[in-house]
Amino acid sequence: MSAREQNIAAASQALAETSRVKPAEIVFWLAALASFFLLPEQHLLLSEVLITGLFALSLDLVLGYGGIVSLGHAAFFGFGCYAAGLATKHGVTDPLLGLALVAVLTGALGFATSFLVLRGSDLTRIMVTLSVGVLMGELANRMAWLTGGADGLQGVAPGLLLGRFEFDIFGQVAYAYTLCVAFVLFVLARRFVHSPFGWSVRAVKENALRTSAIGIPVNRRLVVVYTLAAAYAGIAGGLLTQTTQFASLDLFSFHRSADLLLILIIGGTGYLYGGLIGALVFKLIQDAIANVTPQYWEFWIGLLLVSFVLIGRERIVGLPGLVWRRLRGRA
Amino acid sequence: MLTNLFDGVAYGMLLFVMACGLSVTLGLMNLINLAHGAFAMAGGYVTVILVNRLGVPFFAALPLAFVASALIGLALERTLYVHVYRKSHLEQVLFSIGLVFMAMSGVTYTLGSQQVFVHLPAFLSQRFDVFGVSVGAYRLFIIVVCGVLAAALQFAVARTRFGSRLRAAVDDPVVARGLGINVNLVFAVTFAVGSGLAGLGGALGAELLGLDPSFPVKFMVYFLIVVAVGGSAGMTGPLVAALLLGVADVSGKYYLPQFGAFIIYVLMIVVLLWRPQGLFGRAAR
Amino acid sequence: MRAALETRHLVRRFGGLVATNDVSITLAPGARHALIGPNGAGKTTLINLLTGVLTPSSGTISLHGVDISAASRSRRVALGLVRTFQINQLFPGFTPLQTVGLAVSRRLGLDRHMFRRIGSDRRVVEGSVDVLERFDLMSVMNRPTASLPYGKQRLLEIAVAIACGPRVLLLDEPAAGVPEGERGEIMDGLAALPADVTVLLIEHDMDLVFRFADRISVLVAGGLLLEGSPAEVAEDPRVRAVYLGDAGHG
Repeated sequence: MSAREQNIAAASQALAETSRVKPAEIVFWLAALASFFLLPEQHLLLSEVLITGLFALSLDLVLGYGGIVSLGHAAFFGFGCYAAGLATKHGVTDPLLGLALVAVLTGALGFATSFLVLRGSDLTRIMVTLSVGVLMGELANRMAWLTGGADGLQGVAPGLLLGRFEFDIFGQVAYAYTLCVAFVLFVLARRFVHSPFGWSVRAVKENALRTSAIGIPVNRRLVVVYTLAAAYAGIAGGLLTQTTQFASLDLFSFHRSADLLLILIIGGTGYLYGGLIGALVFKLIQDAIANVTPQYWEFWIGLLLVSFVLIGRERIVGLPGLVWRRLRGRA
Repeated sequence: MLTNLFDGVAYGMLLFVMACGLSVTLGLMNLINLAHGAFAMAGGYVTVILVNRLGVPFFAALPLAFVASALIGLALERTLYVHVYRKSHLEQVLFSIGLVFMAMSGVTYTLGSQQVFVHLPAFLSQRFDVFGVSVGAYRLFIIVVCGVLAAALQFAVARTRFGSRLRAAVDDPVVARGLGINVNLVFAVTFAVGSGLAGLGGALGAELLGLDPSFPVKFMVYFLIVVAVGGSAGMTGPLVAALLLGVADVSGKYYLPQFGAFIIYVLMIVVLLWRPQGLFGRAAR
Repeated sequence: MRAALETRHLVRRFGGLVATNDVSITLAPGARHALIGPNGAGKTTLINLLTGVLTPSSGTISLHGVDISAASRSRRVALGLVRTFQINQLFPGFTPLQTVGLAVSRRLGLDRHMFRRIGSDRRVVEGSVDVLERFDLMSVMNRPTASLPYGKQRLLEIAVAIACGPRVLLLDEPAAGVPEGERGEIMDGLAALPADVTVLLIEHDMDLVFRFADRISVLVAGGLLLEGSPAEVAEDPRVRAVYLGDAGHG
């Protein structure tokens, strides 16, 4: 083999390496599958965690890949929740059809608002995303004739899944459904981020000036990724409504967006699993704190956020490993 | 009509006093501090405790609210904020949201979550007619106080020695350091004064805006709009933006009760499409 | 033969200030043309006009006979006008291979694919290796850009531009800030530029300019002072005056 052929082989392998499916990923999804069979009494809880994880994944696309700091991602989630609920109540009872509809509608909302996010600095982006969140919540509140207002959207009764499976009260079908949808969306997102398009979105985050200098239209890339992320968030919201058969104004609240950021910071950004892992860890922390001190949950969230920034994510996440190594070193 | 305008101006003035500190810290330190409203809340609660529980006269409580918020600001700046200046905007956002949450639950824990009001002196609660326009004495008081403050700030930034150091530090911290300006000191003083002003605004606004532990989140968008629309180049931009916001919000809610809450967002979007860097903005970094 | 890059009576004013004053430059295909001039002579403004960061107040720019005076930045890149930056503009978290791979994908029109893996197309891999070999970057192709020595980063800056497949390349002070020991690498890099690519070099380092260029234009106070071969420029008394100080007001 000539030197050049060797170089080409090496380069080809190196480019393939980043997107190669790693053993840990297979373990992760096998564990998710196993949870369905091994934890039948936790199905409702697991569905909720997975939906939150999918929601966080959608924020990761915007933040971890696109570099857009968004404080109003809950707008898309909430919109998806209500869209799915309303679609179901108004005749679109097939869950999958409903989700597809939700994806299109939320994507359209994301597309429309993306043009505001393109403009200006981080500050204006934060302001705009926050405003869109407040605005959507306020709209849902005002349009009580449609949304049920402060009482929430009740009596959402999705039809049979695939025309065969009825959503049961133990959440068995719900969890299987959520798991399948999440897996499919994850695989698509994974393909997306490893595609040339996905790399060009990362490039925008790394250096927008250089990205435009190699001829990639920066704004169009951001519009696409923002729209895609909105659709993902909407689907996550739609899943929540379909599986819980309820939607409330709380979905739009600022706390949702803030919790989501925390989840993503716990799990880490820019590798897609961060949202899913973060959602699980977040739920565990939530339960642990709720057992010790049920009130003032908010305070602990705040403390976590502050600590994560001041101490640094690497040091906090690396702590268990460090302790383990110390212990082993001593033994 | 004029009464609405008047109320809107009073509201805008309040927003300006509360948000101007945020504008300076953004311009000066490139810091996105979403916890700014927490300092306003602190000022409000200090006033409520002083006036309602300890019987301190309202006018004596106002400067104390300023001092208390400024001291809290100074303490946090020296201990915590100083570590996040050089971090990314995302980290600053997370950090300051964390502070907001802690402040909110701290207040709920110590003072409860119900809305509280300040006992105003009797002569401030009356209304009177000026040329047929119904004017609330308290709103007039707010306009006067905030107007004086705005003028004093403008003077301080434009004319004083500290002001020129501040402007130099905003323009280019590196060069300013080279000129022997103690930029860290300028940062600390500015942050403390900004927090103090927020606290004073919170004290003045407690009656008008309503004070409860969710205050920092409820008004976060308003502060951001003032800063983003006004730009962080000087005092004029945020002042105009705050007045615009105040008038639009009050009259919007009066004339279009159904959709009044949306007016400010529509306004903001229009401004942003028209001038992405804000009305008076130089490019924000 | 049609000019590779041509400006005609290019003018750019900022208020009352004329930053670019009636500049007409013609680059023949394959030329090695250098643009020199003291600080403030308007070199940066000219490069910004050429790349579309600024629009000209009057005058035209054409690329291989196509008028691009009003074309967008990405359109100019697509037409083959590519630049490097005086201060590195790279992707710190990407490896050189990923950086170049993305640029090659763009050149081949594959950058909009969303569900195909980057590098699954053999042409992308081959194109990337071509560029990396040319600029001696194969040995560091899998290291994060931020961790590379400065000289290598400067080379990557040029390599990315070449990966875009330019017909005309604008090099903005490629040797700026490179330590003495790594200068040779940059020289080698410039020597390795494909012969069919037309190059406009903006540079302060006279040693580099005279070794590299076959034509030199001298810009002073926004306007062209003269254009000629390196020998002509070196002997011109006006150029000497500009560079030796008495006309250093530009």
